[in-house]
Amino acid sequence: MTHTDWPLWEVFVRSRRGLSHTHAGSLHAPDAELALRNARDLYTRRGEGVSIWVVPSAAITASSPDEKDPFFEPAADKPYRHPTFYEIPDGVKHL
Amino acid sequence: MATAAAHRPPGAQAHGAEDTAVIEAYTRRFDAAVAADERIEPRDWMPDAYRATLVRQIAQHAHSEIIGMQPEANWITRAPSLRRKAILMAKVQDEAGHGLYLYSAAETLGVGRDELLDKLHSGRQKYSSIFNYPTLTWADVGAIGWLVDGAAITNQVPLCRCSYGPYARAMVRVCKEESFHQRQGYELLLALSNGTPEQHAMAQDAVDRWWWPSLMMFGPPDDESQHSAQSMEWKIKRHSNDDLRQRFVDICVPQAESLGLTLPDPDLRWNEERGEHDFGTIDWTEFWEVLKGNGPCNEQRITQRRKAHEEGAWVREAAAAHAAKHTGEQTGETGATRA
Amino acid sequence: MTPPETTTPTGTAAPAGPGAPVFPTAAALALGDDALVLSHRLGEWAGHAPVLEEEVALANIALDLLGQARVLLSMAGDEDELAYLREERAFRNLQLVEQPNGDFAHTIARQLYFSTYQLLLHAELAAGDGPFAPLAAKAVKEIAYHRDHAEQWTVRLGDGTDVSHERMQRACTALWRFTGEMFQPVEGLGLDEKTLTAMESAWLDSVTGVLGRAGLTVPDGPRGGAWAAGAGRQGVHTEPFGRMLAEMQHLHRSHPGASW
Repeated sequence: MTHTDWPLWEVFVRSRRGLSHTHAGSLHAPDAELALRNARDLYTRRGEGVSIWVVPSAAITASSPDEKDPFFEPAADKPYRHPTFYEIPDGVKHL
Repeated sequence: MATAAAHRPPGAQAHGAEDTAVIEAYTRRFDAAVAADERIEPRDWMPDAYRATLVRQIAQHAHSEIIGMQPEANWITRAPSLRRKAILMAKVQDEAGHGLYLYSAAETLGVGRDELLDKLHSGRQKYSSIFNYPTLTWADVGAIGWLVDGAAITNQVPLCRCSYGPYARAMVRVCKEESFHQRQGYELLLALSNGTPEQHAMAQDAVDRWWWPSLMMFGPPDDESQHSAQSMEWKIKRHSNDDLRQRFVDICVPQAESLGLTLPDPDLRWNEERGEHDFGTIDWTEFWEVLKGNGPCNEQRITQRRKAHEEGAWVREAAAAHAAKHTGEQTGETGATRA
Repeated sequence: MTPPETTTPTGTAAPAGPGAPVFPTAAALALGDDALVLSHRLGEWAGHAPVLEEEVALANIALDLLGQARVLLSMAGDEDELAYLREERAFRNLQLVEQPNGDFAHTIARQLYFSTYQLLLHAELAAGDGPFAPLAAKAVKEIAYHRDHAEQWTVRLGDGTDVSHERMQRACTALWRFTGEMFQPVEGLGLDEKTLTAMESAWLDSVTGVLGRAGLTVPDGPRGGAWAAGAGRQGVHTEPFGRMLAEMQHLHRSHPGASW
């Protein structure tokens, strides 16, 4: 690879106000400013967004699938965090 | 689509250790996930052959989008009305966009776009042979939309459920946009077919030239297709070449009728017993010849692609040099930018 | 082939009943032709751009311009008749926009000069209450993006490598002489001399600023033609324009009266 390769950026798009930014895909750009513009042209050309974030792919740290169990299983083990865990007598409202 | 950090698959360590027991365990987990219709994601362990198959297929798909811009872009400057000019420009632009979605899906497998482009430019990776046919008249733009994009959609819709997550997600996006492509082609041909006698003849001529190559887009017959069986097992591919081809023929016959155009196959007729159309024999010699590089436009397409890339090198270098001089200034400490 | 009818710029005035204000057809053609011709030139990049992301960006700009052109030409008559059946001398676009794409630097210099002008012009029109105000209000947002794209690239090419700097400087200099025409009065646009002078100095400030940030020298040659026959707004064009039209109009003219 030569030095002219443009780095990879991850693109997050807020599709409308009130929603979170969601990962849309990635693209190449020499710098953040052009990454934003490229993202606008590529991922919102049918009016899909109101706001964009771009992040260098290299700056993202991902959890490993091997760590899946220690990372995520303990959470699956705590049903009392979910409202459906609790039984409420019939007829009680606004709960 | 995942990130550069996510490109390093954990399976790599297992290979280094050459621990067959570990690999077997990984393989079992992978097979079970595929069997259960779960998606494989970039950081999951996957068999080397699965990865290689995906890279080959996604790259070929991305290359096809990029090379596929050329035959249609050939008519942007000559589009006969401003409405058609706008539609065609938007369509060719979408193809560049689809290429980008697909290259980024391929990158989640640990190959860079430049590496893939190098392989395209040097002929080590292929693109769909259909784009090695020329667009000789304006009606060819319509025939490409109706038949070529139609065949592509028939192929691609099942890919939205492909076992590899990033590819499936890219295909969802592509398919959504692709249906506009097919419709505009159909509408273009309909206008010609209902137009002057010269326009009608132009439309018929285009369909005559594009019909058979479109059928070849589904690939060789099932018994000669070298990658099919394994791809089906991995759920990269969901239907066989011949099944998809049959589906396409059955869809096209009534559409051609309502266009008032004839499909150039004397053997094409409804088979009551099978509940589908019989159709003539495809000239596979032509298919293999075009694939080998002897089609009407192979040389032209790749030369233009290479030329654009080489002539753009100074631009890409300039932007990289500017970015290198100003690292930190624009991105700030966090490296993230918002708009 | 039957000779196609030629529509003259003044021959297709929008409906004007007795006492109704005369629609400024000439102005609609001038602005519409600018947008149409530049869109066509940008469309020539399809499949040839220096990087895939720019394929998408250039097409976006071309599509915006084509959209503007269609609205403007429809104000003056039938968009397709006007685009496809006029002869070269009946087009009213600036010579700047018809200049061939050249290398990417030439395209960017052309974009910088034109979008800076177009932005100032449409901001002016949007602020007024003339017939172009609604169109201008929408177009201003599109053009602001075009202007930004041109600025981003001017700076990167000017400040990038020695090669890109030299190419960008050459492009800026080569196109400089087509920039004076932009501030000539256009009949029916409703911009007086004072406004045009103010626009011109705002344009110079803006372009000078960008070139400065790009490390480029502001060209010092003349900004207008030395030839008394006039320029694009008077229907006097440069040689490449005829060939561009020949390509653009050929198919349409080959099938007189056909619909597409």
